[in-house]
Amino acid sequence: MKTIMVCLKRVVDYNVRIRVKPDGSGVVTDGVKMSINPFDEIALEEALQIKERGDAEEVVVVTIGPSDAQQQLRTGLAMGADRAILIESDADVSPLAAAKVFLKQIEKDSPDLVILGKQAIDDDCNQTGQMLATLWQRPQATFASKLELAGDKATVTREVDAGLEVIEVDLPAVITTDLRLNEPRFVKLPDIMKAKKKPLETIAIADFGVETSPQITAGNWAEPAGRAKGIMVEDVDGLIAALKEKELV
Amino acid sequence: MSNVLIIAEHDGSQLNSSTAKAVSCASGIDGADITVAVFGSGSDAVANQAAGINGVSKVLNVDKPENAQALSAVLAPQIAELAAAYDYIFGPSTTFGKDLMPAVAALLDVEQVSDIMEVVGPREFKRPVYAGNAILTVNVPDGSKVVATVRTASYKAAAEGGSAAVEAASVSAALPSHTRYVELQSEQGERPDLQTAKLVISGGRGVGSKENFDIIYNLADKLGAGVGASRAAVDAGYVSNDMQVGQTGKIIAPDLYIAIGISGAIQHLTGIKDVGTIVAINKDPEAPIFEIADIGLVGDLFEIIPQLQEKI
Repeated sequence: MKTIMVCLKRVVDYNVRIRVKPDGSGVVTDGVKMSINPFDEIALEEALQIKERGDAEEVVVVTIGPSDAQQQLRTGLAMGADRAILIESDADVSPLAAAKVFLKQIEKDSPDLVILGKQAIDDDCNQTGQMLATLWQRPQATFASKLELAGDKATVTREVDAGLEVIEVDLPAVITTDLRLNEPRFVKLPDIMKAKKKPLETIAIADFGVETSPQITAGNWAEPAGRAKGIMVEDVDGLIAALKEKELV
Repeated sequence: MSNVLIIAEHDGSQLNSSTAKAVSCASGIDGADITVAVFGSGSDAVANQAAGINGVSKVLNVDKPENAQALSAVLAPQIAELAAAYDYIFGPSTTFGKDLMPAVAALLDVEQVSDIMEVVGPREFKRPVYAGNAILTVNVPDGSKVVATVRTASYKAAAEGGSAAVEAASVSAALPSHTRYVELQSEQGERPDLQTAKLVISGGRGVGSKENFDIIYNLADKLGAGVGASRAAVDAGYVSNDMQVGQTGKIIAPDLYIAIGISGAIQHLTGIKDVGTIVAINKDPEAPIFEIADIGLVGDLFEIIPQLQEKI
């Protein structure tokens, strides 16, 4: 195949302890480390492995985000992507709007495969890949833990509640990644230097002519409710007595 | 009146309890008139089970060979067609619903509310974000259909005892053939499903090996419990990933959860926030799991579990 497109999202790093702002207007993001959404990093790794096997000619990384999202695209280029596209938007866009914008980019680049994370670890929506596949009228294979390509078809193993579901899809298709698909590579310093010379195109989101103002609006943000303090027991008899008291055994 | 359409989850013969949990959620909408849609092949039995859920006023059975497997690309156009008569279209926030509902929302050109944990008002919902570290209230504008998934761990299954009418429904939407089901591989065997079990026993890295996990299985089988595991135990190769409980595995809400040899990493705790009672057994008194456990017992699991097995 010629092109694989990988959609990335810039998110608060997964190691950061999330704090809700006291006024309930959001979470604290000032001075917080930002990274590529971990599931999207897995998507990029998979695309790079396909290219390295000789099954694809180029890997394009695309993101929708503020100017600073160039950092995450540069990381993607350092991992091995060939070129990057920043669709610049200072406002957050919903998964539906993101899918519509990505579709416009797909129409330009005509990828044979689009891979992205099953969800972003900030809004936890788990929607964009499915919406993109639907609007593109192409197959979706969500929560992938294994991807095998053969000609114009892909066989995808999906992590579902009942176990592992295997489906076959015609290409082009949209794949969303689950955690166990692969382990993303670490970026090496020489690759970071090389990435600075790779092409990074910036396009204003308004140029796509897609309505991106949100339908669903965010109201108050709150801390989750905590659990009440528990008790410690000394031995198995104490445990069984405590369970009996709660009428659980 | 608010017309609600709930998409049933089932395996061809049994309705999944996630459906009755979605009914519980929908019952919180003022004036909800709830219809359950069953998509299947030879799905009369499942439709009848759905008709028995309290609070359901009608069941639509869309019975056709193409619906033998729950493929999003095949189901979504049918749901979008039925959706014309409804204000709300809900599915469970299981892998079934997560895969399917965004496709429905895209066909209807509306944004989706993921993981409803509380209905605040007819258009106002609470949902977890940042892996449950923040709770966000969202508002869906008037006049727009509400397409949503329901966080099953936040709701108890609606009781049985209903007697809704079952109607055969036909749809005319063109269905694609670009996506084909191959097979389902399951390693769970005959034990209760983690998402629906009332009692779940989980093992962590402290269990030590794949062979040692028998101690967990034996206790679970005596108590009729589902078996889960921490990500550390999965990564160490003790058990398969479909048993993983946590942010990157399953989010569960049994009445009783017994965590054995699990330290309690944040990512695991995220998966058990809605458990009724958490019991922790660990040899390390400083393990974070004790901070959220309702009942804690410090000690060697290889001494404690055989005693528990004998006495309980």
